[in-house]
Amino acid sequence: MKSVVQKVVLVLTTLWLSAPYAFAAGGGDVAPIVIVADSRKLTGVMAWWANLYNESHVYFTVLTVILIPVIGVLFGVLADIVMHFVGIDLKSRDLAEH
Amino acid sequence: MDWLYILMPIAGVKIFWPGLIILGIGVGVIGGFFGMGGAWMVTPGLNILGFPMAFAIGTDIAHMAGKSLISTMRHGKFGNVDYKLGCIMIIGTVAGFEIGAQMIMWLERIGIVGPVVRWMYLVLLALIAWMVFHDVAVKRRKEREAVAAGKEVDKLATGIEWHKTFHKIKIPPMVHLKVAGIYCSAWLPITVSFFTGWLAGILGIGGGLIRMPALIYLVGCPTHVAVGTDLFEVMISGLYGAASYTFKGRVELVAAIVMLVGAAMGAQVGSVATKYIKGYGIRIAFGLAVVGCLISVLLKLIPTYFPATYQVTDVMATVLILGLVAAMSVYITVKMVQGAKQEIAAKKGRV
Repeated sequence: MKSVVQKVVLVLTTLWLSAPYAFAAGGGDVAPIVIVADSRKLTGVMAWWANLYNESHVYFTVLTVILIPVIGVLFGVLADIVMHFVGIDLKSRDLAEH
Repeated sequence: MDWLYILMPIAGVKIFWPGLIILGIGVGVIGGFFGMGGAWMVTPGLNILGFPMAFAIGTDIAHMAGKSLISTMRHGKFGNVDYKLGCIMIIGTVAGFEIGAQMIMWLERIGIVGPVVRWMYLVLLALIAWMVFHDVAVKRRKEREAVAAGKEVDKLATGIEWHKTFHKIKIPPMVHLKVAGIYCSAWLPITVSFFTGWLAGILGIGGGLIRMPALIYLVGCPTHVAVGTDLFEVMISGLYGAASYTFKGRVELVAAIVMLVGAAMGAQVGSVATKYIKGYGIRIAFGLAVVGCLISVLLKLIPTYFPATYQVTDVMATVLILGLVAAMSVYITVKMVQGAKQEIAAKKGRV
């Protein structure tokens, strides 16, 4: 069981590390990674964000993965409210065909 | 006009932010309607706005995750998402993607990655376009024959029916996919997702462009369920991709968020539009989008053999893709507004 878990972890890690190369294949060469973001010209939230990136890629990643769905849902719900207000039925679909 | 530009904290480039919102709305509408992430449309758009290619790809994947989440939620409420099918397909997608990614690195090592990928992409797109329009032609022929024979036209009839042959394969375990209305061997969706995941890994795309028609023609999903279930897959792979790219410093979150503002709302419009457009309407529009994508890849391939044409073909490909995004999103939005108007009028008529 332990070896199976190890294999799964190994496969997932390889996939994780190779994803950019695969995704970039259709689009062009893989550009060098930005190791340190230049935060000198930035202020406020932007400077904080760049500094977070410089301090820890892990925290930066965790926050990104949390923020993306939250913001998506937030604006999606906003659009929901507007469409519901207009009078569109957002819970059912009448058209039934292949 | 300096306020129209934001300095991106990681990439260090100044970007015209209204352009990001407009691009987000366009691809949001198309993605929610067709059930795909739309990397082939977003990446050139971000590139034009001034993003380096590596950031364009990562930022696209990150915004795709949020956009697909809200589209999946909407399609889920319409009963368009088969979560069981989606979960089964994740197994094949991950395994196939990994093998595709490994093959890309091998092709890179032997130095033929560019031409192989572009030619494969071209053949695949041509095949998908042929499949869609052949399906439409067969369905119309069946309808004409039914009318000529004086029979009633079956509203649930389809053109291509390859999935019926695949459903005859009874290798256990068998699964009943209630939402899609399919009873088949679990190996069918696993094999299909493995193949589509492998292609996505090799071609460097999210996979929606391939998975959506595969769900329809090979697995046998109704069009609307194929769109919703594919978005569920795009959401999972988008979140995974977002984490992977962010960790490697290839995501400009500020840009992804600005795009997401437009994309989340656009995705709702696209998803709701599927309420008002018949399954075959979606298939035809999808086929046209695939043809547009095919021509753009062809234009990018020409300079490989005629280097002097690079500048012209590059501009032509970009104009084509952005023109396609604009035309498709306007068409879908107009259809959505027309359908909503009719629905509201019908409601008022009942009261």
